[in-house]
Amino acid sequence: MSSFSITEPSNRTKWFAGTLVIAYALITMMPLVWIGLTGFKSPADAISYPPKYIIGSDSEAGFQPTLEGYVNLFTTRTRQTEEFLANNPPKNWADEIVRQYDMVIVGPSKFGERFLNSVIIGFGSTFLSVFLGTLAAYAFSRFKIPLADDLLFFILSTRMMPPIAVAIPIFLMYRNLGLSDTHLGMILLYTAVNISLAVWLLKGFIDEIPREYEEAALIDGYTRFQAFYKVVLPQAATGIASTAIFCLIFAWNEYAFAVLLTTANAQTAPPFIPTIIGIGGLDWPAIAAGVTIFVLPVMIFTILLRKHLLRGITFGAVRK
Amino acid sequence: MAQIVIKNLKKQFGDFTAVRESSFTIEDGEFFMLLGPSGCGKTTTLRMIAGLELPTSGEIYLDGEEISQRPPSERDIAFVFQMFALYPHMNVYKNISYPLVSQGMPRAAVREKVNEVAKILGIEDILKRPVGGLSGGDRQRVALGRAIVREPKAFMMDEPLGALDAEFREHMAEELRALHDRMGATTVYVTHDQLEAMQMGDKIVVMNNAVVEQFGTPQEIYDKPATMFVADFIGSPSMNFLPFHGKVGDGATNVAMQNADFAIPRTREPFEGDLAFGVRPEHIKISDAAPFRAEILATEYLGTTQIVTLQTAAGSVKARISAQKPARAGDTVGLEFNPATVTLFDRQSGRALRSELNEGVLHG
Repeated sequence: MSSFSITEPSNRTKWFAGTLVIAYALITMMPLVWIGLTGFKSPADAISYPPKYIIGSDSEAGFQPTLEGYVNLFTTRTRQTEEFLANNPPKNWADEIVRQYDMVIVGPSKFGERFLNSVIIGFGSTFLSVFLGTLAAYAFSRFKIPLADDLLFFILSTRMMPPIAVAIPIFLMYRNLGLSDTHLGMILLYTAVNISLAVWLLKGFIDEIPREYEEAALIDGYTRFQAFYKVVLPQAATGIASTAIFCLIFAWNEYAFAVLLTTANAQTAPPFIPTIIGIGGLDWPAIAAGVTIFVLPVMIFTILLRKHLLRGITFGAVRK
Repeated sequence: MAQIVIKNLKKQFGDFTAVRESSFTIEDGEFFMLLGPSGCGKTTTLRMIAGLELPTSGEIYLDGEEISQRPPSERDIAFVFQMFALYPHMNVYKNISYPLVSQGMPRAAVREKVNEVAKILGIEDILKRPVGGLSGGDRQRVALGRAIVREPKAFMMDEPLGALDAEFREHMAEELRALHDRMGATTVYVTHDQLEAMQMGDKIVVMNNAVVEQFGTPQEIYDKPATMFVADFIGSPSMNFLPFHGKVGDGATNVAMQNADFAIPRTREPFEGDLAFGVRPEHIKISDAAPFRAEILATEYLGTTQIVTLQTAAGSVKARISAQKPARAGDTVGLEFNPATVTLFDRQSGRALRSELNEGVLHG
């Protein structure tokens, strides 16, 4: 197309925009790729200089991939005498890997447990935030609530300072209530932080759904609640999905409260991963492996819901 | 099939009064129009009948039963929305069958019923399509299908043709009227389009500022307006009003205006004060001999007729005359008013003076 057009960008603009996007993507993805690679390096390769980054190559910049980092992440090991090692052949491939350092696997590490805690607390609080948020948003959007604006402002005001500012009162409260280091405690805490975001986001989405749909359902013989879950909820799916992503990302990544309030039972992955550093020196491959696994669920969740997310970000920005 | 009686119906939203004590009766099988400018309370009235809004006070009787406080699901009234409000996540078939599913009707019976309705509306071939890609007309048909499928006691329609193209609207209006005649169900129809109301309605209620101004057949509303608002709102161009100060006695057959005498239908009440002499454009004749003189300001050619704007001593008027008649701007001509069609209005209240013409016309 050679003629000038208002809506169609010129080829040069397209090329420029494309380059910009690709460059940005490369810059943001760089650390992720680096961590992904480091997870498959041996400890020596991980800290070598100049860095090694070509998988399986014999060249200067190449390294042989190994599962050492992952094995170290999931196991606890102990050093053994030569005699013991000679008398007890390796039990499996993982054991074989650690034998090169005169070690044997004596049991699983805490990582699996901590990761499971992250899943329970992250998804649990996300579900609770979105569930409560949807109900509240629907009520604010559809019913005449006394002091609705003040209530909404109050809900928003809970986010007006960084949550960590109230860490000490919450720490004391949780200790007295017996919520410290419990799954329920962490779920409630993250829900409390996320609920204002959920209510405000979802209210925007539900406001955009014409009331006529529910009214049609009421006329068609459904109750208010049936109209809500049969007609409004499917319409709000986009909003619910994008709200869920935002809530999950917060709860999944949260570090400060997790360090403060959890020690053993309900500790999530973020405070656990750094503790690997302390076990037998700086085991970068194991840390990188832990981070890789930790990033995956949110990544998958976001990719699954990405269409909703994209629409969710721009939703309500333009008045039709 | 049902008669709907509205008694002293009133609705307030906070300090704002949307509908002020309205009363009227919708007979069984009638195609009933609620007509008025936007914000006059017509849609609120409709929504109160359907149960989407609860009245502040007053009663609604459906077949003799008081229903004003019941939830919509217990009223057996269908509603067609202006923007159709088809369930966007369902296809055409599901949309139409939805009211039946809520009643717990067995599947086979639902299918039979939906197919029957689809046939009536001529939409059998789009039953499996999602509603998103349908044309305005088809959406309208689906919305109608959803309303008629459960055979309700009455239909409420909120400007159902408002979202359609002008061209298609006429066609759909005919289709709607034909559908009504075929089913004979009581229909209440809200519109702000006076032509639509005249064209389709058996009866019309004209509302303004939360008040029922007049209620009657299209002919009554047009020929015997009860208020200046109705006279002005209905008809295009609307009725001419010549303001004057004067008096009429009970039983008078003429009135003095601008030192001239005009014949009027025999009055039924005396009045003295600010009056308006109301006459429709088509009831004005231009004749050179007439003593009431006027200057032609402009003419609009409309094919078979033309609209002539004239300046008289009492104010400007519009006359609808044959296109064949010569009329040139700048000419001075004489005007004659058809005496049987004249309505006098009290300018203070806007009310029409009672006369032989409008006897028995229902005031709001």
